[in-house]
Amino acid sequence: MIRVQNEDFDIGAEMTALSGNGDVGALASFVGLVRGQEGDENIGAMTLEHYPGMTEKKLAEVEAEARNRWPLNDCLIIHRYGRLEPGERIVMVITASSHRQAALEACAFLIDWLKTSAPFWKLEERGDSKEWVEARAADDQAAEKWATKK
Amino acid sequence: MKLLYFAWLKQKTGIGEEDITLPEDVTTLGALVDWLKTRGPGYGEALADLSVVRFAVNQDFAQLDHPLTDADEVALFPPVTGG
Repeated sequence: MIRVQNEDFDIGAEMTALSGNGDVGALASFVGLVRGQEGDENIGAMTLEHYPGMTEKKLAEVEAEARNRWPLNDCLIIHRYGRLEPGERIVMVITASSHRQAALEACAFLIDWLKTSAPFWKLEERGDSKEWVEARAADDQAAEKWATKK
Repeated sequence: MKLLYFAWLKQKTGIGEEDITLPEDVTTLGALVDWLKTRGPGYGEALADLSVVRFAVNQDFAQLDHPLTDADEVALFPPVTGG
């Protein structure tokens, strides 16, 4: 399941919703939050822009790839857009499987892949200036490590 | 053809979305970029360094040798920074 939305979400409610009816043995999750500091600089807020249409398409592709690689009962990706302040939730990934290894690996894969393939851009507010966040080589490397490894 | 610009490419071109008629001699993404650069200083500035620009054709990532037709949707944007 893919949800791209401006509004916040309830972590507990989302986890509960993916808990199944006795068939799920493991839930793994990742939640990304807005950091209030980057190095020595304070971040006032950030605005997430995205490409409606392509965003949903790319997230659906990474979900399909995760379901292809691991035996998942269920899978959820929520990604927010719009202006978010420090401490606010940006993204959540939940994977549900019979056993922990598949759930944990698939969750790590999903967040690594969506970071480099979903068309989102972050505009940070630093004092009076606004700066677009630059892509990090470390994120590309994190995604690449899943290229051949299961 | 529908063209979309995101993040700082939208700021530099001053345009989020526009409909253009693809010139007959423009048949690839690379040729489109070269043509766009001639359309004004904002475009020239936005497309000055293609190492920091990514492209999508019909909502899939594409390279500069990707063929184009007038029915395609092309988007230009910086490397993505979601998650």
